[in-house]
Amino acid sequence: MQGRIHSLESFGTVDGPGVRFVVFVQGCPMRCAYCHNPDTWDMNGGTLMEPAYIIEQYERNISFYKGGGITVTGGEPLMQVDFLLDLFTLAKKKGIHTCIDSSGIAYKTSANPEWLAKLNQLMTLTDLVMLDIKHIDPEKHKELTSQPNEGILAFAKYLDEKNVDVWIRHVIVPGITDDDKYLYELGYFIGQFHNIKALDALPYHTMGESKYEKLGMEYKLKGVPAMEKKDLLAKKESILEGIRKRREELS
Amino acid sequence: MRPEWKDFVGGKWENEVNVRDFIQKNYHLYEGDESFLAAPTQNTKDLWAQVLDLQKQEREAGGVLDMDTKVISTITSHGPGYLDKSKEKIVGFQTDKPFKRSLQPYGGIRMAEKACSDNGYEVDPEISEFFSTHRKTHNAGCFDAYNAEMRACRSSHIITGLPDAYGRGRIIGDYRRVALYGIDYLIEDKQAQKDSTGRVMTDDIIRLREELSEQMVALKLMKEMAASYGCDISKPATNVQEAIQATYFGYLCAVKEQNGAAMSLGRTSTFLDCYAERDLANGTFTEEEIQEFVDHFIMKLRLIKFARTPEYNQIFAGDPVWVTESLGGVGVDGRPLVSKMSFRYLHTLTNLGPSPEPNLTVLWSTRLPENWKRYCAKMSIQTSSIQYENDDLMRVTHGDDYGIACCVSSMVIGKEMQFFGARANLAKCLLYALNGGVDEVTKKQVGPKYRAVTGDVLDYDDVYAKFMDMMEWQADVYVNTLNIIHYMHDKYCYERAEMALHDRDVKRYFATGVAGLSIVADSLSAIKYAKVEPIRDEDGIIVDFKTTGEFPKYGNDDDRVDMIAQEVVHKFMTAIRRHHTYRNGVPTTSILTITSNVTYGKATGNTPDGRRKGQPFAPGANPMHGRDTHGAVASLSSVSKLPFKDAQDGISNTFTIIPGALGKEDQVFAGDLELDLNK
Repeated sequence: MQGRIHSLESFGTVDGPGVRFVVFVQGCPMRCAYCHNPDTWDMNGGTLMEPAYIIEQYERNISFYKGGGITVTGGEPLMQVDFLLDLFTLAKKKGIHTCIDSSGIAYKTSANPEWLAKLNQLMTLTDLVMLDIKHIDPEKHKELTSQPNEGILAFAKYLDEKNVDVWIRHVIVPGITDDDKYLYELGYFIGQFHNIKALDALPYHTMGESKYEKLGMEYKLKGVPAMEKKDLLAKKESILEGIRKRREELS
Repeated sequence: MRPEWKDFVGGKWENEVNVRDFIQKNYHLYEGDESFLAAPTQNTKDLWAQVLDLQKQEREAGGVLDMDTKVISTITSHGPGYLDKSKEKIVGFQTDKPFKRSLQPYGGIRMAEKACSDNGYEVDPEISEFFSTHRKTHNAGCFDAYNAEMRACRSSHIITGLPDAYGRGRIIGDYRRVALYGIDYLIEDKQAQKDSTGRVMTDDIIRLREELSEQMVALKLMKEMAASYGCDISKPATNVQEAIQATYFGYLCAVKEQNGAAMSLGRTSTFLDCYAERDLANGTFTEEEIQEFVDHFIMKLRLIKFARTPEYNQIFAGDPVWVTESLGGVGVDGRPLVSKMSFRYLHTLTNLGPSPEPNLTVLWSTRLPENWKRYCAKMSIQTSSIQYENDDLMRVTHGDDYGIACCVSSMVIGKEMQFFGARANLAKCLLYALNGGVDEVTKKQVGPKYRAVTGDVLDYDDVYAKFMDMMEWQADVYVNTLNIIHYMHDKYCYERAEMALHDRDVKRYFATGVAGLSIVADSLSAIKYAKVEPIRDEDGIIVDFKTTGEFPKYGNDDDRVDMIAQEVVHKFMTAIRRHHTYRNGVPTTSILTITSNVTYGKATGNTPDGRRKGQPFAPGANPMHGRDTHGAVASLSSVSKLPFKDAQDGISNTFTIIPGALGKEDQVFAGDLELDLNK
């Protein structure tokens, strides 16, 4: 199955362990206010690519990816489960480390069994999921992304049940996702799982803004300052506190 | 065993000059981390503060603090010089005081005069007179022998940066020999070498015998020079301080007599560590003391200075000495050659702060110890002062006791040397091919009067064939110019101190180089895959191009153009190999114009790839600026396709990346939740 691809990046260092070949898929149902890739939203854009072509591009420069692998991000990768199944089947045959960077939005507890079966299959081929939880509060989540977070939180539980390694990502935006109360709650939520290997608190930056201008789109976060490193570390600590508390309660 | 060698493991090295054997038998592989390293002592801090003050004074004085205008620099020309004698653990300056640049006229008196006058000094008229009338220089010799074509090529910059008016450098003495064997033994050894030459007095034998005599003189002078500092280097060093001092004295003699284009140190750290380990075991010195010796040694290396002209500084972008020291690497038996001393050298970047000199170069292998890799990475992030080279690639050719001269030229220490040969401007050669040997800037007929390109659109096969012909001519005149240069350098500006620390029969690399490779590749690609229309001036000379359509550009992992680059390098090397080389030097080429790409660009007209007249070339084997659009790996991949066998003198790629694009700070993201939780 071909994938609908936005672009390929040969030198990814911030999307999973090691130096990675990064596949940006095209198409995402979320409309996150701070999204820095709005050009990947359109479900119909991009270029169609064969999984074999992508693996070939990876293998051309395989010596750069020792300790790394392939990361599929986007866009929302799980909107293209069939493509991912083919891509990761090929990748695992070649012993390549596989990673999906997802918002979890595609997952519904009520999803049809056929799709769930494919997802189950995909998870056996996936070494790492980077789950980007945008907001722990359902209302705030909807405000921020235009979508509910119920399925996303259920997806976190699902990954725990499937025992897939997970990195939790959370973008911290001044005045929007930096409320210590919610950060603590987020930590408290993920503190119940056993498969969380890392917490990647991402500082909001304003580099996406120019893309909106180019695309003639309105940028909702105009004027919001970038997140400073020292503030970020304090905010990350709030999440960690929540995790500690939950773990303490459970032990 | 000699008493100075007590506790060392014996071997072949005891009975012959064989530093590698000594290292292999005696070094201690260190796989631990950097936690053992010691902070700078008060003496170190005081001395470094003094250096910083002198540096400030030098900057305020316009770049030069003091120049010698009367005393011709030799190994023993100057008495001892100090920063603060009571505090210096390793001593020795090129002249009688720090920051005073020596007078070295043997390469060329005019260059020496100009270096002085441009900085507001004047060479003693008697010296000028002597070197114009009574004693010929290397520079004068070259111009006596050059033919008209060579002179024309030189002034049109199709061959450029030639070492015919300055020291060629790029020769690394095995300075470790001074420490391990002492001068007396080395003189005996040289005498035996001289006694063992052939008896039929051919040119080669006569020259060899004369050179060996010169080398013995240099060794005797080394001993005298050391004695003026109160040091006896006639015998082997007895501890690490003496070993560092003796090694440094060997190097110091080289830079007292040669103002070379690169004066590199070699591969000394793990050698010296053998002494450090012995001293630590015997309680002779503490870690603090050993680090202090190293700090003072490196401090001295940072203060090596030469008298140079602004034009020279323009070619080399600043005032580099290229005191390159090669660190790490892996032995042929698979043991990494990393020792505690390798760490101590890099640690000077912490104790004294970052510095481009000495050029600390890590010989990188996938099989280096993890802790060493991490420490190198950490120090790179903190100081941006470390160069990396591929040991896995070079070990195949040179074994495990080679060093880097300048930035990338590899040679086995004490056994191989190089005749440095600057570069051929390939971009200009392509333009000569189009214009039948007429220079596009001066409009002079410089190259052979081959048929110029005709027609309104450039045809790839036609241009390529003409380019190959012109390249044959360029290689011919280039190699023969270098033959003259190296003949004259040997004759009038011989590196007796460095060669005294070599074997008798050295392997000589005859180094050539190319500039403008990415321009040629992209230009040929444009001609092949897009439409390039030449624009001629009123004399019918092609001076510009109109390019329509897209074409693949070097630096994007696109074989269509990367293969052109590869083939051009191969054809150039093939053309070079076809010629006789001075002293049967083994021809090599390099693609490494790290700094001079700017000046080469100035002298070269518009090119079919869209580069405008005067615009700088890309450095070394780099893609042209901004044309690599497929990310770092694709860009690096294009460069890595260039064949090392055809560019054995080195391929360089200057790579800049913002720290954030290399990953996240440990503080922000260490990749492990448990670490975060337990903070």
